[in-house]
Amino acid sequence: MSTSPNTIKAGAGKNQRSVFVRRAPLRFAVIAICVLWFLPTLGLLVSSLRDARDITQTGWWTALLAPWNEHWTLQSYTQVLGGENMANAFLNSLIVTIPSTVIPITVAAFAAYAFAWMRFPLRRTLFLVVVALLVVPLQMSLIPVLEIYNKLGITNSFLGVWLAHTSFGLPLAIFLLYNFISQLPGDLFETASIDGATHFQMFTRVVLPLSVPALAAFAIFQFLWVWNDLLVSLVFLSANADQSVMTLELSRLVGGRGQQWHLLTAGAFVTMLLPVLVFVALQRYFVRGLLSGSVKG
Amino acid sequence: MTGSTESDEPLGWRSFLMPVGAILGLAGLIIGVWFLVDRQAAPNLAAVFFDVLGNPGEATALRAGSGNQVVVKAVLVVIALVVGVGGVWLFYAGLNAVTMRLPARWRGRLLPLVFVGPALALLTIYLVWPLVATVTKSLTDGDGVANYRWALTDPGNQSMYFNNVLWLVVGVAGSVGLGLLIAALMDRVKYESLAKTFIFLPLAISLVGASVIWRFVYTWRPPSQPQYGLLNAAWQAFGGTPVPWIQTADFHLNTFALIFILIWLQTGFAMVVLSAAIKGVPAELTEAAKLDGATERQLFVRITVPMIKGSLITVTITTAIVVLKVFDIVYVMTGGRYDTDVVANQMFIQAFQAFDQGRASVLAVILFVAVLPLMLINLRNIQRGGLAA
Repeated sequence: MSTSPNTIKAGAGKNQRSVFVRRAPLRFAVIAICVLWFLPTLGLLVSSLRDARDITQTGWWTALLAPWNEHWTLQSYTQVLGGENMANAFLNSLIVTIPSTVIPITVAAFAAYAFAWMRFPLRRTLFLVVVALLVVPLQMSLIPVLEIYNKLGITNSFLGVWLAHTSFGLPLAIFLLYNFISQLPGDLFETASIDGATHFQMFTRVVLPLSVPALAAFAIFQFLWVWNDLLVSLVFLSANADQSVMTLELSRLVGGRGQQWHLLTAGAFVTMLLPVLVFVALQRYFVRGLLSGSVKG
Repeated sequence: MTGSTESDEPLGWRSFLMPVGAILGLAGLIIGVWFLVDRQAAPNLAAVFFDVLGNPGEATALRAGSGNQVVVKAVLVVIALVVGVGGVWLFYAGLNAVTMRLPARWRGRLLPLVFVGPALALLTIYLVWPLVATVTKSLTDGDGVANYRWALTDPGNQSMYFNNVLWLVVGVAGSVGLGLLIAALMDRVKYESLAKTFIFLPLAISLVGASVIWRFVYTWRPPSQPQYGLLNAAWQAFGGTPVPWIQTADFHLNTFALIFILIWLQTGFAMVVLSAAIKGVPAELTEAAKLDGATERQLFVRITVPMIKGSLITVTITTAIVVLKVFDIVYVMTGGRYDTDVVANQMFIQAFQAFDQGRASVLAVILFVAVLPLMLINLRNIQRGGLAA
């Protein structure tokens, strides 16, 4: 991305060298900020690859300064994946996250289409309710929903967690998708309905394919939110170790093995891996989601 | 897109398939739900596979609740995908197919309900009704007056509210201020998008993961031992005595340390939104000001900041909502000890460790009241722009 052509052009006329010197503090500041922001994560990554005893003997930076003296090992990872239930938790996180991402997208897309292109009583009021629900804190829902779950016997079941994540994600999903779907050109719908297409056909064949950018933006959002969530899993899915998700396991590690840094660092890195990969690969869509006004309750 | 006129084709096989699909989908949904609720169902199904394959030993082990858990998990993953992803689609397709068979007059009325109904039902069950229930519970569980008196006058709670205010002020000002500063700085360098990624990346990390990262940074050892925590090592290198950052409640030092974790995570969000806004400031404006001899700082304060006021407000509101409900960091780092408690953490403790639903509900209501003004701002903005938010 070429950023500020004006400044560069203005400088080119004058002495190149003085421009370089003048811009040095700016460059230094930008690089310093990046380094500062990255150092904590780097420390985690380096430490997770060091020998368990070395971590508490010397700072992780000594390993980077003299990497040839270091005893690098993957032992922390084998230990955390094997002995500490992390591999199982990884599968559980997948079981929780995938439906918890796809279901709200589907439900919200149908609703957003109706709000944008169908006429029904109370349409405007209901949409305002959705907007109002955007900021309602999760804490308001926990106790009553848990009571319903206990009555139905779906506490500590994947189904219960899916539905909870789906519902808590719905206001944002409807809001984002409505913003996009309502901006589609109206001619599309006129043409299609003259051709005799039903709403369902228009939705699946015209609206959904055109809405892929918005759907992707919300999908990444919700994926990160669910994968990284602690509170919902803690309340609705924490009773059985064999159903435990990664954030739960990691917070348990902190509580039980707070000083065993090799396990903590490797465990934290394992939980971060998938979301960071998804995030880097689909950054573009994520930014678009952020920019279309996102608040979540 | 406009060229697709498939709908000319007579309804034929499609109209037959839809109801069948709907029934199959519904049956699948019920079986799937049963599997997800009954914890022994997946092992039992896996046991049937082993019976068929002629491995009765493994089958018996699975039925007894032991045996190969990876197989069980694999069965569950497949069911989760089929039910969670396919089931929902079939559900809508089925409802639609049923509605389309009704007389035209009913069809027109019911179809919007098919589209919007499931969403509204979920919102009602999970958000609207609990709102009413929690408020009711805060007044009726035990002694309502006592619940509120405890929440508002207990000395421990008062320092907790002070912490929340600290989080709100420092957390929001820190994230938004740093985000604005970094966005403005990075707008001027060539490797902007690479540099931004560094600031942006923490957004993908969970609060629990971030807490572990920073727990390591803040680690403290007695001065006689080597400091492997980054902050204390740096502090010592500059001549300081190592400080137990997380345990030191003087001047709320530990709360500031926790708040910085959130700032580290949230600055990326502010930066992205504000950076896009800065790029939207018309170049003619800044050019004209430059010709009039404005300095870079004047340009930024007098032109850029006023021009991006709308985005600044949005980012501030969004960050404030995140900060008000902060839970994970406190729960993982201190559990609320060392005078670092916040409302969301105390609410969790009251609800799920002390099992005092009345007190927990009051705290939830307090959080709700705190975000209420932000909700009204949101609603007003939407009203102003018509339905197209």
